[in-house]
Amino acid sequence: MITSGIEEKTFVLNLGPQHPSTHGVLRVLLEMDGEYITAAEPVIGYGHRAHEHMAENRNYQQFLPNMGRVDYLHALAFNQGYCMAVEKLLGLEVPERAEYIRVITNELNRLTSHLLWFGAYLMDLGAFTPFLYCFDDREHILDLLDSLTGSRLTYCFYRFGGVPKDIDDDFISGTRAFIHRLRSRWADYDNLVTKNVIFIHRTKGVGLFTKEQCQLYGITGPSLRGSGIPYDIRKSEPYSAYPQFHFEIPIGENGDIYDRYIVRLREMEQSCRIIEQALNKLPKGPIMAEKVPKRIKPPEGEVYTAVETARGEFGIYIVSQGDVKPYRIKLRVPSFANLSLMVESFKDNLVADVVAILGSIDVVIPEIDR
Amino acid sequence: MINYFKEILVGFWSLLAGMAVTIRYFTKPIVTVQYPREKIKMSPAYRGYPRLIIDPETQTHRCIACEMCARICPSQLITVEGIKFPGEKQKRATKYVHEHYYCSLCGLCTEVCPTSALEYSDEYRLAGYHREDAVLDHLVILQLRQTAAGLPVTAIPSAEEIAAAAAAEAAAKEAKAKAAAAAKKPQAGEEVKE
Ligand code: SF4
Ligand code: SF4
Repeated sequence: MITSGIEEKTFVLNLGPQHPSTHGVLRVLLEMDGEYITAAEPVIGYGHRAHEHMAENRNYQQFLPNMGRVDYLHALAFNQGYCMAVEKLLGLEVPERAEYIRVITNELNRLTSHLLWFGAYLMDLGAFTPFLYCFDDREHILDLLDSLTGSRLTYCFYRFGGVPKDIDDDFISGTRAFIHRLRSRWADYDNLVTKNVIFIHRTKGVGLFTKEQCQLYGITGPSLRGSGIPYDIRKSEPYSAYPQFHFEIPIGENGDIYDRYIVRLREMEQSCRIIEQALNKLPKGPIMAEKVPKRIKPPEGEVYTAVETARGEFGIYIVSQGDVKPYRIKLRVPSFANLSLMVESFKDNLVADVVAILGSIDVVIPEIDR
Repeated sequence: MINYFKEILVGFWSLLAGMAVTIRYFTKPIVTVQYPREKIKMSPAYRGYPRLIIDPETQTHRCIACEMCARICPSQLITVEGIKFPGEKQKRATKYVHEHYYCSLCGLCTEVCPTSALEYSDEYRLAGYHREDAVLDHLVILQLRQTAAGLPVTAIPSAEEIAAAAAAEAAAKEAKAKAAAAAKKPQAGEEVKE
């Protein structure tokens, strides 16, 4: 065996910041030993816009549009988290119908987020076709949300005390038709992707997250549930109208990429269930709370509210000093914690799997950078 | 060994099943819109840039230059100026400039307006070559839309007219203050405040 002249050496490979599969501007430094990764370090902050600082310089309403831009894929959950926090500060009671509309639009938005993940992730793995099908489906939701909120991506729809626009019969029948259509597509998705042998080989047993690791790093969302921990804010700390609906929390077994994929697919079905129930039970009544003050000036105090976004727990902590501007707003975003575990799990994986693992936790970089 | 072949067969079958889906959709009508040859109608709720509504009764805008929209706008991008013209009850906008490149289309301005003077346009082609292309002067846009609809055009007051109105207003104020002062008879040492 020739040993002289060969030294053990590693080299550094730079992934990103402008890589099509880093879903934004994420840079990861990979220390490589041949094809294997020995260490990884994320470099974040390229998309930092100082949202938290902006909050301190704006009044409560003026911060509303910011919430659509932290996580642009599930903007309505962020809208809701913020509105819930301020409503809690003000002691506002949101009417039942408004809560239902919030749940319906929120779940539709979750569907768009998961559908986009589905398409973009498979594109990362090299499958182009599924992207076209899920974007066709997603387009229908965008049209529905467009007809209600007026925007297609960065929504700024909820207001303190309710929603500014009521849903009409067109929206309801359109949503029902869409859910019917989406359900008829599951079989196609299964045939195209879930049963595909290449997909299975690339995802089974890759990018394992153990339960302990997940708890250690504070992982939430489908990435956590893929590892078999049934934790969902909609169940564990129910908010809005969620306690009134029946739905399950799908969980995986092994915590590999395949499980996270299955969890997301099943979650889409659960979202459909929630929307259907909400449409069936939609109560009549006002959509805006009475006595919403024109000038939002909450009393002194602190609140924390958490909502379940498509990526996990989004928490918002507001400190009010009785001023028209918040004293401090802290955003707890799910992708940041998820990213930390992701780089950990890169270790001892092949470089070819990096993109597969990266995509599987559904990172949204603007949310990490915020 | 048997498993090995079974895996190959199942794998191959899964690929065929995926192909079948593609082939089935291949024969269905296409769903993409061939922009720019085809265009989609925007939904009524679509948020283009905010603009002034043409009131069906008066055939002009309803803006009273109260600056509520300018104050609530998160990006502080609206510049409204207005003045009370002699013989009119309320202020009237003399300038309404919207720097659209800062706009987040949040909807706060249209909701806060006391006279509901603002709506969203359905314009989505807003690309331009210069930054100034996105600075929208709403009074000019209003004139263009009025011309297109065959309505009488609302004139934008010139600088002289604004100055004259301002002078008239100042004079009226002074006269009022004087009258008030005369009625009140200020005591010695107290200054008359305007
Ligand atoms: S809030 Fe309405 S009336 Fe007041 S300045 Fe703005 S557009 Fe004009
Ligand atoms: S939509 Fe929002 S950002 Fe745009 S002008 Fe109105 S208040 Fe300002």
